Amino acid sequence: MGISVEGANKSFGDFQALDEVSIEVPDGSLTALLGPSGSGKSTLLRAIAGLETLDTGRVLIDGEDVSTKPTQKREVGFVFQHYAAFKHMTVYENVGFGLKIRKWKKGEIRARVDELLNLVQLPGLADRYPSQLSGGQRQRMALARALAVQPQVLLLDEPFGALDAKVRKDLRTWLRNLHEEMNVTTIFVTHDQEEAMDVAGQLVVMNQGRVEQSGSAADLYEKPANEFVMSFVGEVNRLGDDFVRPHDIEIVRDRDESTEEAMVQRIVALGFEIRVELVLGDGTEVWAQLTRGELQRLELREGQIAYLRPVHAKSFNGSAPSNSPGASTPQGSTDGGDAEVTAAA
Amino acid sequence: MEAHAANSPVAPPRARHFRLPGVGAGLGRGYVVLWLSIIVLLPLAAMLDKSLSEGVGQFWDQVTSPAAIQSLELILVCSLIVVAINAVFGTIVAWLLVRDNFPGKSIVNAIIDLPFALPTIVASLILIQLWGKNSPVGIDFALTRLAIVVALCFVTLPFVVRAVQPLLIEMDRDMEEAAASLGAGGATIFRRIIFPNLLPGLAAGVALAFARALGEYGSVLLFAGGKSDTTVASILIGQKIEQGNEVGAAAISIVLLLMALVCLFVITLIQRWGTRHERSQVNLAANPVITGATPQKGDERE
Amino acid sequence: MSVSRSTSSRWGLRFLGLGYIAVLLIAPLVLLFYKTFEDGLAAPWEAITSSDGLHALKLTLLTVVIAVPLNTIFGVVCSLLLVRHKWKGNWLIDAAINLPFAISPVVIGLSLFLLYGKQGWFEPGLAEAGIKVLFSTPGIILACIFVSVPFVVRETVPVLQEIGTEQEQAAETLGANAWQTFWRVTLPAIRWGVAYGVVLCTARVLGEFGAVSVVSGNISGETQTLPLFVEKNYENFNLPGAFGAAVLLALLALVVLMAMNLLKRKEAA
Repeated sequence: MGISVEGANKSFGDFQALDEVSIEVPDGSLTALLGPSGSGKSTLLRAIAGLETLDTGRVLIDGEDVSTKPTQKREVGFVFQHYAAFKHMTVYENVGFGLKIRKWKKGEIRARVDELLNLVQLPGLADRYPSQLSGGQRQRMALARALAVQPQVLLLDEPFGALDAKVRKDLRTWLRNLHEEMNVTTIFVTHDQEEAMDVAGQLVVMNQGRVEQSGSAADLYEKPANEFVMSFVGEVNRLGDDFVRPHDIEIVRDRDESTEEAMVQRIVALGFEIRVELVLGDGTEVWAQLTRGELQRLELREGQIAYLRPVHAKSFNGSAPSNSPGASTPQGSTDGGDAEVTAAA
Repeated sequence: MEAHAANSPVAPPRARHFRLPGVGAGLGRGYVVLWLSIIVLLPLAAMLDKSLSEGVGQFWDQVTSPAAIQSLELILVCSLIVVAINAVFGTIVAWLLVRDNFPGKSIVNAIIDLPFALPTIVASLILIQLWGKNSPVGIDFALTRLAIVVALCFVTLPFVVRAVQPLLIEMDRDMEEAAASLGAGGATIFRRIIFPNLLPGLAAGVALAFARALGEYGSVLLFAGGKSDTTVASILIGQKIEQGNEVGAAAISIVLLLMALVCLFVITLIQRWGTRHERSQVNLAANPVITGATPQKGDERE
Repeated sequence: MSVSRSTSSRWGLRFLGLGYIAVLLIAPLVLLFYKTFEDGLAAPWEAITSSDGLHALKLTLLTVVIAVPLNTIFGVVCSLLLVRHKWKGNWLIDAAINLPFAISPVVIGLSLFLLYGKQGWFEPGLAEAGIKVLFSTPGIILACIFVSVPFVVRETVPVLQEIGTEQEQAAETLGANAWQTFWRVTLPAIRWGVAYGVVLCTARVLGEFGAVSVVSGNISGETQTLPLFVEKNYENFNLPGAFGAAVLLALLALVVLMAMNLLKRKEAA
């Protein structure tokens, strides 16, 4: 069941939550809506579910325009950040809720609930109440509940946002595996770019109600459409008009025409990677990512002068990246210029 | 609120740190107990004493006299009817105040407390003006049993509304949306999701309303009066005092008091039951029926 | 918001709920004001400003001025005790405080009547001291204190629970003693809760009828509070007097409602 959104607009009073948003979600895919708070990603998800109505625009599920259909009829499974567990019902009654409404027989409900509880790895907890479960268990129950009625589409709104870091990582993997098994078209919302890149096949980056770019994780990382996307999906240094990733900054001991002079301010060891903070002659602060091996070879020390060379800088202002020796970059390029930078020392 | 209390670091009571300035906990306790004794407990004890002063037999006779039984039955039945009516209408009003938006909503919200702020005798007066002999709409049911019911509805409405309202405010809307995504329509959602979570508050509000209705005096006095078929227990007690039958008055008072105490006890049970599954934070100390405050949407997430 | 609610059911609910309130609460109140001033201000004003009327007003206000502060002090001390000091007997105190909610006003009046009456337990001692409780102001005040005991406590307890002990502990680490902590940290933190309780307490005292009726004997010009004034005048067919006093009390009630509303918002903020 592919999903399309065409020209969606939604305002809450003066606040424009969605601004001409159009996305395509292929059937069976696992897509992430990624963006900071207020970017409109949750609003978009809820509009697909029917929990918000669009001011203008359409939502199509499997080719059918469902924009005027109420949530009840859209057959979407929805998972909430804070679980939305029916506190007054047992786990069994929670998971079986959708089935009970569809008037399934007791035996059938029992069979399906058991099947799902096994799928989400909560066997034997059917008679507990949500308050007796941990956060991670509650979310898995919520997922089982949503899947019970075999929805066409599964929508998750920051599903791991309320959980501890470790639980979050575990559930991430688990969700990916589950998706591979079930193959239901799934969209989930997150502000955590690592989570999005880890789990989803397709990412849609949103900002201030607009779609900035959509594509695979690799696409977004290597060919960001603009500064926002580039800095959102990874760390970035700004050198004048250019943007360079920390691991794309090469540090060398000897100067040459392609290097710029900088002073090492601070060297921080973070696990296996080293973060070297430097400041350029004009005061710009930059940080480079090195491995331990590289650090040792360079024998860098704080307070020392070093020389940097950015490899793969990107520029988004429509002209070629500065200092590129006549490299041909298309005018008004939005896929970023990619060139070696030679320094004007 | 309870969530916070449960999560706040528990400082074990350290004997030497007195939260009562200048005095110790012991002295404070003594003051509190003394005050309560003089103001509340001793008078009640004196009443109990009086009711039995002529022996258990006389107590029993007074309480089982036809007039007494009729008055107690009358107020019981009327109170039950009234709380049933207000359970429904009180919930509707609370719903309107929380989930709906209409012009004048804040005025309506404030006016709910009117029966609470208005002296009961004034309530009686204005009710008899509207529904009595000189009624501008020509409807007259003063001095009837209907008048008792209407007066009691008037004074007990705020109890139910203010008990249900905070639960509605704090209710996790996600649950309703989840139910909708699973295919449940509006009525089903109310029946299976909203109502069960309102129940503890509603029950507590009803129990408080009931206790209040049992003893209501001022508002029925002028409006329903003391005719033979509209003499509720409280009015009968008043009559007996005037007649000098103190033992009789005291005896019936004790019975009435016991009935109301049962209500209070029931409320405590409801409170325990309500928090059994952590489904709703029914904290009587914060019960707006008594406190009148409407708490804001609190963060119950852990 | 997102859960669909059909327009017809929405209007149906509005009709039921708002209609109920309009008929039950608003209509009688409106009629009161109308009836009172129907023939002009003169008669009600005269009645209120008659010597009996003024006395009733003064007595009522006097009762408020004495009963409310006493119950406020009690309320704050008691809630501190209940919340900050775990004691086995706390549930008893709690239950005793709830009692006035469960007792009919006439029963309250009766119990005071019996305690301080001719054959009451305190009688000999009081007679010697020349203190007249019943049919006199002290009795009225005692009755009003009885009925309004719970309010300040009930309002302050949840606020105390909510703020927790951390602020007080911080004050102590900074060197404050118990009194300073209470005065500078605790009290400001609970002030809106206490204020709300005071308003409720005042409303209760102003409006108390049944209990006062029994203990005071309703003697015009002597032991008659404003609510009693209303009743007496009504029974004597002095409608302007009854209405005038009733309107005054209703106006006071509306002021109380406004205060409650204001404080609710302050408490929530």
